[in-house]
Amino acid sequence: MAAHKKVLVANGQGFWGDSILGPVRLLREGPLDYLTLDYLAEVTLSIMQKQRSRDPRAGYATDFVHLIERVLPELLEKNVKVVANAGGVNPHACKDALLAVIGKRAASGVKVAVVEGDDILERLDELLQRGETLANLDTKRPLAEIRDRVLSANVYLGAFPIAEALGQGAQIVLCGRCTDPSLVVGPLVHEFGWTHADHARLASATVAGHIVECGAQCTGGNYTDWRAVPDLAMVGYPLVEAEADGTFAITKHAGTGGLCTVDTVRHQLVYEMGDPRRYLGPDCVADFTSVRLAQEGPERVRVDGVRGLAPTNTYKVSISYLAGWKASGELTLSGPDALEKARLCARIVWERLAYDGCHYGPEERLEEYVGAGTCHAGIPGGESASPPEVVLRLGVKGPDRRKVDRFGSELVPLVTSGPPGVTGFAGGRPKATEIVGYWPALMKKDLVKPRVSVFTS
Amino acid sequence: MKVRLERLAMARSGDKGEGSNVGVLARSDAAYAFLKEHLTAERVRTHFHGINRGGVERFEADNLRALNFLLLDSLGGGGSASLKTDAQGKTHGLALLRLELDVPEELLRGLPNPG
Repeated sequence: MAAHKKVLVANGQGFWGDSILGPVRLLREGPLDYLTLDYLAEVTLSIMQKQRSRDPRAGYATDFVHLIERVLPELLEKNVKVVANAGGVNPHACKDALLAVIGKRAASGVKVAVVEGDDILERLDELLQRGETLANLDTKRPLAEIRDRVLSANVYLGAFPIAEALGQGAQIVLCGRCTDPSLVVGPLVHEFGWTHADHARLASATVAGHIVECGAQCTGGNYTDWRAVPDLAMVGYPLVEAEADGTFAITKHAGTGGLCTVDTVRHQLVYEMGDPRRYLGPDCVADFTSVRLAQEGPERVRVDGVRGLAPTNTYKVSISYLAGWKASGELTLSGPDALEKARLCARIVWERLAYDGCHYGPEERLEEYVGAGTCHAGIPGGESASPPEVVLRLGVKGPDRRKVDRFGSELVPLVTSGPPGVTGFAGGRPKATEIVGYWPALMKKDLVKPRVSVFTS
Repeated sequence: MKVRLERLAMARSGDKGEGSNVGVLARSDAAYAFLKEHLTAERVRTHFHGINRGGVERFEADNLRALNFLLLDSLGGGGSASLKTDAQGKTHGLALLRLELDVPEELLRGLPNPG
């Protein structure tokens, strides 16, 4: 019987800002064992670090707490377990807020686990002294060059601490930074008792996690042949139906919108894929060129054949740092001659700023003519020489905050001192905002000790 | 005959560091064989001259009938440093599908015609 055990893992949130209807409907519209929720993009942790520096109770995904408050009755009734990286840089504050919400709903005995050890911001100097260079993976430059501007530093943890938390009876597992697929791999490690040596099974589960990590992007969202996708408004979020040998099916609840086909699934397989032979994870290396896809039913794709290798001896580290300032703003130009007038507006802005001593190099400024061919600049068929109207987007960036701010005050004056037909300035003066630089690095695994603790409401 | 790549393939793109990752998914085995030969990294690099200032790397996944391209400097600095509207290269897949190719007519037989 155990050999035929199947585990259903759904991903209800592809990124911070994804629709709350994903998880709400998953819980309502069909069976489910685990609900995973991804809240962290590369720069999210730097934003959370900043929130925490202003308020010691902040620095996590508050959306998650609101979601749990809304769906708690269904979660408990169906006994669905939740795995989320909503903890951000302050998982204990997230846990406290969660326990308060659960308590308010008079539910006692709910176990919430916190996975920690990913946040190495406080350890950076110690690590550098130990000889870890945390050199930038792309540029090879040592971290010392930007050490004084670092905003956040986190290791991408894997699936095993999540499995450990579930093993201790947690109904909700809160992580900080872990790889997106680990949110799916963790429950499967727990359910099927896989070990670190099960590279092929871990790789197969990693492929499953990769397919569902962007939510509806594997069930008809952002699909080339979009006219063929029914009912995108009520698109079904994806389910992984996994078995003990690591093979699985991708599916969605009956009656939901969208599509689940070999084509929608391979769309997501190539997303951010890089080298398909070496998809690196903390627990294994997956070979995407070994993945076999087959349409098993109208809304069901079977996936098997995945080859896996042992992982490397390093964790990936995501470091963010203050990399300067930027500002951008836009005005709308009506026709006739919209594009020509927009070009004149851009020249006027740069000339007025230069008069005041503000010069921006070609790398420090941007001109876009939205409607005339911005996304597909230089691509045959992607541009228009005479659009009926144009949105002029101008932007600058650089290390000098005042110079970036000064730019913002020269857009709106065009309404009365530029060509006719300038409008759409409702946003006011664009202000300088921080540029968060991304610094990918590697770190030896034995320097990281993931910790799991469990709390009960 | 001349057709746009969209007749032979589908595509999805997104960011990868300071560049974008553009996956091309052939609509048939024959289309994949044709694209493997003709949709070279150099051809893609030339097509994106107005967007990508770096090189182009190509990977193959025969099992998915997929060619995967990395446009190494196509996001105006990438991530939060970019001022561009499409700072994550979300539309680069569609940009590649606009590429015109000279293809043998029998290659199109049985494929959908979105035009």
